[in-house]
This record gives sequence, C-alpha cells and structure tokens, in this order.
Amino acid sequence: MSDQPDNLITINLNGKDVQVEPGLNIIEAASRFGIEVPHYCYHPHLSVPGNCRMCLVEMGMPGKDRATGEPMLNDDGSPKIMWVPKPVIACATKIAPGMHVSTESDVVQKCREGVMEFLLVNHPLDCPICDQAGECRLQEFATDYGRGHSRFVERKNVKPKRTRIGPRVMLDDERCILCSRCIRFCNEFIGKPILGFTERGSYSTLTTFPGKELDDNYSLNTVDICPVGALTSTDFRFKMRVWFLKETDSIDTESSVGCNTIVGSREGKIHRITPRRNDEVNDTWMPDSGRMLYKQVEADDRLTAYSIAGKPCSGEEAVKAAAELLLQGQGKVAVVGSGRLSVEEQFLLRKISEVLQSAPTYAVARYGEADGKLISADRNPNVRGALLTGMIGNLPEEQLEDLRKKLESGEVTHLLAVGEDLAEAGIPAELLKQAQVVYIGTRHCDTCQHSKIELPLLTVFEKSGTFVNQQFRLQKFNQAVPGPAGTLFGLSTFTKLYAALTGESPYAPSPAAIWTHMAEEIAEFSGLRYQDIPKTGKVLDGSRFDKLPFREGASLHFTPAAETANA
Amino acid sequence: MIAAPKRTDIHPKERRMILKHADDPSYDTSVDCYIEHGGYETLKKALTLKPEDVHDHVMKAGIRGRGGAGFPAGMKWKFLDRKSGKPIYLICNADESEPGTFKDRQIMHKDPHQLIEGMMIAAYATNTAKAFIYIREEMPHGAVILEQAIEEARAKGFVGDKIGGSDYSCDIVVHRGAAAYICGEETGLIESLEGKRAYPRIKPPYFPAALGLYMCPTIVNNVETLCHVVHAVSMGGEEYAKIGTPNNSGTRIWSLSGHVQRPGYYELENGKHTYGDLIYEIGGGLKPGRQLLAVIPGGSSSKVWRAGERFKGKDRGGNEYDWAIEDVPLNFDGPMTAGSMSGSGAVIVVDDSVDIVDVLANINAFYAHESCGQCTPCREGSLWMKKITSRMTSGHARPEDVDLLASIGDQIAGRTICAHGEACAWPTQSFVAKFRDKFLERAERQAASGSGDIRLI
Repeated sequence: MSDQPDNLITINLNGKDVQVEPGLNIIEAASRFGIEVPHYCYHPHLSVPGNCRMCLVEMGMPGKDRATGEPMLNDDGSPKIMWVPKPVIACATKIAPGMHVSTESDVVQKCREGVMEFLLVNHPLDCPICDQAGECRLQEFATDYGRGHSRFVERKNVKPKRTRIGPRVMLDDERCILCSRCIRFCNEFIGKPILGFTERGSYSTLTTFPGKELDDNYSLNTVDICPVGALTSTDFRFKMRVWFLKETDSIDTESSVGCNTIVGSREGKIHRITPRRNDEVNDTWMPDSGRMLYKQVEADDRLTAYSIAGKPCSGEEAVKAAAELLLQGQGKVAVVGSGRLSVEEQFLLRKISEVLQSAPTYAVARYGEADGKLISADRNPNVRGALLTGMIGNLPEEQLEDLRKKLESGEVTHLLAVGEDLAEAGIPAELLKQAQVVYIGTRHCDTCQHSKIELPLLTVFEKSGTFVNQQFRLQKFNQAVPGPAGTLFGLSTFTKLYAALTGESPYAPSPAAIWTHMAEEIAEFSGLRYQDIPKTGKVLDGSRFDKLPFREGASLHFTPAAETANA
Repeated sequence: MIAAPKRTDIHPKERRMILKHADDPSYDTSVDCYIEHGGYETLKKALTLKPEDVHDHVMKAGIRGRGGAGFPAGMKWKFLDRKSGKPIYLICNADESEPGTFKDRQIMHKDPHQLIEGMMIAAYATNTAKAFIYIREEMPHGAVILEQAIEEARAKGFVGDKIGGSDYSCDIVVHRGAAAYICGEETGLIESLEGKRAYPRIKPPYFPAALGLYMCPTIVNNVETLCHVVHAVSMGGEEYAKIGTPNNSGTRIWSLSGHVQRPGYYELENGKHTYGDLIYEIGGGLKPGRQLLAVIPGGSSSKVWRAGERFKGKDRGGNEYDWAIEDVPLNFDGPMTAGSMSGSGAVIVVDDSVDIVDVLANINAFYAHESCGQCTPCREGSLWMKKITSRMTSGHARPEDVDLLASIGDQIAGRTICAHGEACAWPTQSFVAKFRDKFLERAERQAASGSGDIRLI
C-alpha cells in the first residue's frame, strides 16, 4: 500500500467504491481487495502480452457529454457509466479515477468459461503423471471457472512430449498453453533470446532457437513461472507430489544477494528449492545454482557425527572436550568464523572469542564473478552480519595470512574453526598438524584430518536464524528439516560451548533468545525482536561500515553505496 | 517478368479512377509512361501546398479505408502522435490476402507509380520520415515491379532526397512479407516489418498512431486507399467527395468471384450500384440452371447472406429500408446495414451446386490455418471449428454440432487481441444461424446412412 494516502484514487470494483494507488493494472488493483482475476500470461515482473485472455473483465468509465464536456448523469444524479462494449484484459488495463470494473458479471464468467474450455481442448489432461498437478493454474482455474465437462470430441493435437531444452529443464509441448512467459523471461531477464514458437495457430510449438539450449543459470525460473506442467525441472521431475511438500521460508546462501526462497521438504528430506517473491531483493527469481544447495544436506562428505581424536562421542562430550582444549590454550587461541554462519551464531562466536581472552577472530572471504543479477561477487551470505555482530572488525581476506604467521611464530597454538576449511584458506597442513584444532563444520575437509575435536554444524536448512545481505537487509530463514540424527539442535553447539567455557549459561539456544541480547548490545539491532522481522526483511543502518571497500557491484535492486555517492 | 493479363472488356457501368489506365494495352509500368499520362503532377501540386492543406483535402474527400474496416484515412492521420517528437512512418499495407480479394494486385502490377505517388503525397501531408510497402510474400512479381518503379521515381526525383525540388525528403522501402494472413493486420504487419513473428499487438496501448513501427507514430493504409489520395488532392477534396454517395465517397474496386459468369475486378462508383447489379448485370449472372444459395459480401470473413433473405429496418438517417440481397447498395455502409460488411470489397457468390457445409469447412480451414496462435480463443477456437466442420464434411456430422459451432463462435468474437477472432467466428456464426436447416439436414442424412456415429476420444 502507498505511504501517501493523498495519492489514492477511487475506482468502483464490483459495485463498491474503493481507494487504491494509481498506476496499477486491474489485476493488481483487484488483488489489493482480495479479488482474484485469473490469469496465465500476465506476470508482475515481465512485459504484458495479453494473450491468454483469461483475465477479461468488464470495464466502464463515467460518461462525458461530447459537446459540453459535462459529466453525464443518471436520473438519480449518479454518474452515468459508459461500459466498454467488449470485455477488456485486466492485465493491460490501467486503473483510472472513476473507473468501474466488474470481475463477476455474467459476461466475465462466460469469458472465463470459454477460455478455460479452449485451453483444455488440446491439453493432454495427463494430470496423473504431471509434476505440476497440485500447483497447476489449469487445474485450479478449470475447477474455479471452467464448465466442468468437455464438449470436445475431435482428435487432440499431438506435439513433442519430452524434449530436453536445457540441462535442467524438460519441455512437454502438449501441455504448453502458449502463454509465452518463459520466452519473455529469457528475453527480458536473462537478456538472451533462447526460446520461441514455431508453427502457427493451435499447432504453435515452444522450442529453442536452432543450436541454442536453455542452459543459463536462471533457466529454472521458467519452470517456476510456467503456469502448467509444460516446463519441468529435471531435478524435481517425478520425485514428489507437490501437495506433500512442506514449504519453509529460507534464504539462498550462495552470495550476499540473499535471494528469498521456499524450501520444499517432506518427512525430513528436501526435494526442491524455489524462489519466494520479494520485490526489493529478488523479485520472483533465483539462480539455478542456489536451488541445488539442498544437496549439501545429504552430501557424501557431510559431517554428521561428533568425535574426539577420531573417536565417536556424544555432542555434550565433544563440547566439553572442546572447551577444555581451548581453555588449555588460553592466550594462544584464535577463532576462525564464517560469513556463512547466521547472525546469531556469529554473535555467539564473538562472545566465545571474548571469553577466550579476546582471541583474534577471522573470517574467510569468498569472491567470485558477479552476474549483475542475483549472484554477487561476495559469495558469503552474511559478511555484514559478522561485521554488525562484531565477530570481525574488518572485511575478511581470502587467505588467512595473518593467522598463518601467528601459527608459524607460535603466537597461536589453539584454533577454533567454525564452518571454514583452514587448508583452503591458506593454512598449510603442517601448521594445522602442529596446532590443537577444534573444528565445527558441515562437511569433512582437510582441516578435519588435523583436528582434535570435530562437531557437526547445521546447514541453513536445519536451523532458523537471520542473515544480513548486501543491502544490509536483515532476512530470516527457518528450519526446514531436522539436522543429522544425534546432532545438537539450533544454536546449542554454540550456547553449550559458551557455557562450558564460562560455567554460566545466559544464552538459550533459540534465535529469539539470542535476539534479546543482541538488541541490547548492538546499536543497529536496537529495539528489534526476532519475531518482528518481516518476511521481506528489514533494512538496517549500515552507515558504520560506509568506508569498507565492499566488493559487490550493481545487481537487481542493488546499487553499491560508492556508485550511489558518485551518481 | 510476367505481365499481368490486361482486361479490355471494361463494363460500361464501371467508373475507372484507380484502374483508369491499368488495362490499357499500351500502358506500362515505366515512370515515363506514367508521366506521359499526367503522373506525378499531383505530387508536384501537393508540394506547393502546406502539408496541413493536403491533409485537409483528404479529410474533405472523406476517403475511407479500402482494406477492410472502412475507417476514414484523414481521421487516421489526425490521430498521429506529433508531440512525441519521434519520426513518423507510413506503411502501405500491400498484404492483400483476404480470400476473394484481388484488387491491390492489379494496381501494383499495372500502375505502380500511382501507388508511389499516393504514398509520397500522404508522406508529405503527414511529414513521414520513411515509408514502407509491405507486400505479401506470394506477390513476388509485384515486389519486383514496385522496386523497379521506386528506382525510376527516385531517379526522377519523386522519391528520396528533396522530392520534386522541395525541402522534403522521404524514401520508400519495399518489404516482402512473411506469407501469413495475419501480416495484413496492421499491428501484426508492424511486428513482421520489425523482423518478428506477426503477432498482433494489444490495443491499448499499442495504437500505431502513437506506438507503431519501432514504437514510433505510424500510419498503415491500404494500397487502394493511398491511390485515392492522388485523386482527392488532384481534383480537390470537395470535388472528390461528390463522387459516390455521401459518407461513401469515391470509387471502389470490387473483386467478384465464385459462381458468376464474369468474375473479376470492377471499379464502381460507391453507392451508385447494388449487389444485384454487380452479380447479375456486371458479373453476368449465375451459370445457366443454377440458383443463388448465398453471397459473402466483403471477403470470406464477412457474415454470409442467404439467398432470399430480406433486410428491413431504419438506417441512421431514419429512412426505412427493405432490401433483398440484390438491393443492398455497393458501398461501405450498405452491407453493414444489412448485418455484414463490405470488408475488402470481395464479393463471393455461391450457387446451389455446392453444399453450404463444405463452404464453411473451407473457410474454417483457412482461418484455423492462419490464426497466429497468440491468443487463446482464436487459436483454439478456430481449429476446433475447423475440426468440426471437416468432420461434418467427411460423413460424421451430428445434429448437436450446429449449436456447438455457434457457441464456439460466440466464445471467440470480441475476446481476442485482433480482428482475426471476429474473422474466424463470423463465418461460423452466420452460416450456422442462416443455414441451420442445411446443417441439420446434413447431420440427419448422415445419421440415416449410419455414418454419423463418432467415437469419443
């Protein structure tokens, strides 16, 4: 809703005057008042082709006398509405003051009935084997607006049934209703013409241009926006009925963009990740690469068990042993945290470092090529969280040079490594071998081989918490599936370690509990409660870090502070 | 080059303006021949006038679009968005493809310079930056003739830089179409001209006068319409308007086809003749022993008339009329008053030697084949209707098909992006409404012979 109520205009929706912000089309305006105008081809983030004709509504404007320009009035003094003789498409019709719209008239219902029937005459109706079943607009609108029976007795058109149009996308042309959303997505978002129609009329067939394939890292968005089962994900195809999926709000961790996502899981197993709409971050899109991250949950190298000196143990024993080891090294301990940890974990890690005589704390930077869309140069999702919580005071480096020197000089002898492989971050194996290492991580790695104590870390899918993205937007993610059997839940690993180090337990292992502490201690979090963080996130004040040379360039809905200043 | 055959048997009732020289055996397509016959004099005259005054002649002449809709050309030009500051484009729609229509071809093949002159006058009047002739793929010779004619006209200074020594410059580009009926729909044409699939655009917002070719203000006029511009400016708008009847000024080329003795193109003064004159007198009447079954008055998409039906009522002027098909005036408004349209001026005569179901099946096959496939009702509806009528002709007609066809037509018309929705629905709607008995008869006949059964699939 608009912040400036003065701007609102009045339209009449199904006989009721309502106030709504100007500039919207009828679909969007009606949705503000809970009125659904069914549509297939219209998508809020793509151009408007008006081809499906499902959103036909009746529209009229107050009449004006041609000669005098005076408003025409009915006998009772109300404005006379000149209804447009033909129904109009709600997607391409912008609202205007005084406009009358009917989304429920007989004509509108007949239009919808007609379009539904037409869409189904050549549709294979193979819902029982279709992945889209359960979230299919064709099914939904056929039920809501269709005739309920078929008058079609001719032979249906036959088209290619299974075409691999890219490494991750399969096409069933018989199911396609030719709405052109996928074509427009490629042209307008990816910026490359990849898909198009061949043939004509009802024989129109979606296909790739000769010699091209839909291999872009955003290809799976076409599957999301396909209103029917024409485009399906090779990864998800035939795996799970969508109505069995539990949907959990999450965040894409592959870069500091922090795409909003939905994790679909059933009985503790994740089956797919799809984007969640956030018009200030990722619109309705996300990269394909981020959708595959759930595979880390059941990856072969996943660290699932606690061990002390290679011997399996319980979580409590491991935490206790870790605390003892670190306390032995008091004064010579260093902590390596991660920009992949949640804000809450980073805060607790800072607290743990403080207890260890303010042990120097590092994080490992990860940079890659930005795509200018939804993958930024910073491949850690939460470096800004690490800065805000004070886990680190400066931008991290890719190689831990400083730490290597301290290990070499003997200044540091004990290491607590959380979520990072130190070998990858430039610490040679011989140095790791000499050091006393406690490793908390999601996967087996070279650091593990030299660590005394290993503790499994939960992936983003197995815990709840927050990240701060490149916009300094605080975003929540929720636990979708339980962690590996026997692992400590939530933030317990960190809160228990703190307790074991100090003998005190001020922190309960839930994000909400940690937030009561953070809101008191961290200026930017002041007054915030975990449960109050909106679904679309909350932009924090990042001015404390204005001077830091963040590496992100411009991407969708993000302009780096430096560029804003220059402009 | 293949020369189009000349028709020397010009009917005395014809009034030839556009085709004045076209069928003269000594007349050819060269610029010299055109100039010899007084060509390009009107362009020279126009260049001495202000563009607004040229436009004014066209307004006063009341030239209505000859492509199908009959919309006043001068009015169309008036809608041009001149505030945007963008260049204005003029497109000649030479994608003549409505079944039954073969008039523009005569002009382009036999008198291309008349079109070029008309275009340059129109371009000058509207301050067009560049003009295009979009000619259908199936008229390759026409394209070659036009290109050659433009080349010659350019050499004489009538096209290109500083036309006729004036400060105004405008070139014409001939663009060959993509062999699809929908390329004749003006926004489909524009898309095609831009190099894309000829998917008609949604209106609003893409009215060509504001957001046309390359999103610039654009005029799209039919070949015959642009030729009339020459005559309107030559004789003066008011003088031109005296030809024909009020609101139906000028002459019109009618393409007469079907079961008549003398099919062909006839240029007649608007409103001075009737469909009866055209079919029976000018067209030589039906073949011996045949009875009139139906007339399709304005291209295959117009609503059909059944022989013997009468049209009664009051016209806009309040005059009562009671017409048989033969009495309907040959102009823009007459067929509209009689519930159909003059469309592209293609009159198709159907006698009793054919089954009316077959006629509709043929028409439906065309419109299903030519539906661009962009929007749902036309795409699916046209093919469904085609499937039904072709099933009916192959011996599996059902009585319920009649109402089903009508219902499908009703679900298309008025609900599509472009007029192809109406074009494909109107034949079915009108055939079924007017020949209901014939459709049912066919179904019953087939049911009686035991061939009417169909299996549900």
